[in-house]
Amino acid sequence: MRVSLFVPCFVDQLTPKVGLATAKVLKRLGHEVEFRSAQTCCGQPSFNSGQWDVAREAAIRALEVFRGAEVVVGPSGSCVAMMRNFYPELLKGTPHAAEADDLAARTFEFSEFLVKKLGVTDVGAKFAKKVTYHDGCHALRELRLKEEPRQLLRAVKGLELIETDEGDTCCGFGGLFSAKFPMISTAMVQVKGGALARTGADFVVSSDPSCLLQIGGWLSREGKPILPLHIAEVLANDA
Amino acid sequence: MSDSKAIFLKDAAVNAADGDQRAFIRKALGGYYTNRDLQKARYRDWERARDAASLAKWSAVNDLANVLEKFTANFERNGGVVHWARDAAEARAIILKIAEDAKAKAIVKSKCMTSEEIHLNDALEKAGYGVVESDLGEFIQQLRGEAPYHFVFPCMHVKREAISELFTKHLGTAPTDSPEELTMIARRHLRQLYVDADIGITGANFLVAETGQISITENEGNARLTAALPRIHIALSGIEKVVNKLDDLSVLLPMLATAGAGQPMTCYNTLYSGPRKKGECDGPEEFHIVLLDNARTRLLADPEQRDALHCIRCGACLNVCPIFKNIGGLAYGTTYQGPIGSVITPHLRGLKQWNHLSGASSLCGACTDACPVRIDLHHHLLHNRRNAAKESPTLFDRVFHHGFNFVIKRPWLFATGGRIFRATLPLLQKLPLPYMGAGMKTRDLPKAPSQSFRDQWKHQNV
Repeated sequence: MRVSLFVPCFVDQLTPKVGLATAKVLKRLGHEVEFRSAQTCCGQPSFNSGQWDVAREAAIRALEVFRGAEVVVGPSGSCVAMMRNFYPELLKGTPHAAEADDLAARTFEFSEFLVKKLGVTDVGAKFAKKVTYHDGCHALRELRLKEEPRQLLRAVKGLELIETDEGDTCCGFGGLFSAKFPMISTAMVQVKGGALARTGADFVVSSDPSCLLQIGGWLSREGKPILPLHIAEVLANDA
Repeated sequence: MSDSKAIFLKDAAVNAADGDQRAFIRKALGGYYTNRDLQKARYRDWERARDAASLAKWSAVNDLANVLEKFTANFERNGGVVHWARDAAEARAIILKIAEDAKAKAIVKSKCMTSEEIHLNDALEKAGYGVVESDLGEFIQQLRGEAPYHFVFPCMHVKREAISELFTKHLGTAPTDSPEELTMIARRHLRQLYVDADIGITGANFLVAETGQISITENEGNARLTAALPRIHIALSGIEKVVNKLDDLSVLLPMLATAGAGQPMTCYNTLYSGPRKKGECDGPEEFHIVLLDNARTRLLADPEQRDALHCIRCGACLNVCPIFKNIGGLAYGTTYQGPIGSVITPHLRGLKQWNHLSGASSLCGACTDACPVRIDLHHHLLHNRRNAAKESPTLFDRVFHHGFNFVIKRPWLFATGGRIFRATLPLLQKLPLPYMGAGMKTRDLPKAPSQSFRDQWKHQNV
């Protein structure tokens, strides 16, 4: 299959290793991977801020960028939810509606693509560490993915998966929410990050790199001995 | 910034920093999650029950005028008196007039959030009536002089010792740390008040159009005494509480109990069918219902968010909301706290003044999944944000988002801007930039990589 990578803007700039790991896993499974460099941001910050006219422009741009792509795969539940669920809502009743629906049907979150589209759970990864999993809210509640990333992690050789008592609790990121309401966002990550740290795991793994910025940022500030890691980075590890 | 937003930001910041109080709230809700899941598991299919409950409310709300007419006709046939109130002032005036005509002195009330919405106690007290809340939680909040913290569990934030002190101060009772004893103190105090009261005011959980009955569900039995002992019973209800059929309650009552409190059923479920009839030995002589609009029709006129009128006020969305759990119920400054409050308050009290509540959400969606009548809560927060941006755009937002859009429309500018951003990140983190400074106060950013993904990809794939 020819996979067009959808790399979130902040992954491009701040955590490029997540994008590289995603490509590595897909290539290892025998797929052709392309990156269309005209892509930038999906427009979610504007959409979530109520600036739908601005977000609509970003959505239309993304339709152009990914026109003709066989499948679009992104290592972020949040950004994929933007394309899958919110582009059709934004472009409803416009001349772009049909194309938005079409793109939505061809766009997949990384773990979803592997498990649901390709039917693969064992990607041949090895990772002899204790990890705990954080469900990003968009992956969990917009894309309804819960078991898919766990199936992938359970198939990783040597990996021990520890669940937390706050597994599906929000980390408090929420995009600009974390900066507009920093005190609430911080309280939320204290609850989430505290529970993750208590598991004694070496890494907190998620399919959402934006949650990992928030969680990792707080864990780092608090000096907790647990590191953020994207699921693609775990699956890319084969040594 | 609106006044309500300034107060919200201040209160939310204070509460979010209060680790003890937050831990207390989480602990208080701990048993709820266990019981709720236990009870949900007893349903053959909880998701289909949600469909049925949602449909029951949908079919009434989407035919509200007709269903209300049917309800009021049947209510009057049962011997009750119907009053329509367009807003809070009209509702207060109607109730004051009934009290005046009855030459009432003492009034007892059972739990009724709609009465909080219209600030009824204030109005009654100013007019010289004694009003006592008979729900234990509301009674405690009344003594504390504080609004309900949670519209189902009004005093969930108050520790046992504080309740004991409160009773000692106001009722002169000996201090105790036994919850049973505290309940008995309130019970002894309240019993005589039911007998003395001329008027009992209740809310309504459901208005049954088919039979003209009012359904009230409660755990303490205080609403039954409030409705049955005084001469006059006044029920105050929002117009959206009506349902078509008695049979609708067979799904709505258990779901309300399970979703809201983790119970199979609430302890007392009573249907009130009018005043005392000839030959009956008890019940009120007069039975009034005050049907309140207070901007509910404004919500009804919005097809996108109309489903917010399905709300059965179970409180499930508050119980699962990480915002509610971390800032507490009082910080909202609204009658209805939590996600449902953030959705409907802008409609009830003005978008410009109350949109900040829709902004104060990470949009995690836990509320929407918890809602037994499937209100699309977290998406409605997005809708409010969009409506507010259209109705009263702020210059900062327009400049920020158009500026951002200017950059992301041009991949070369995005790449160049990104390079500068990464190179200057250590410096940027020290500047008082909008958003960034606030974000960095409690969290670190990862060290910026020297090359972006797009740069590395180019080198790998030439």
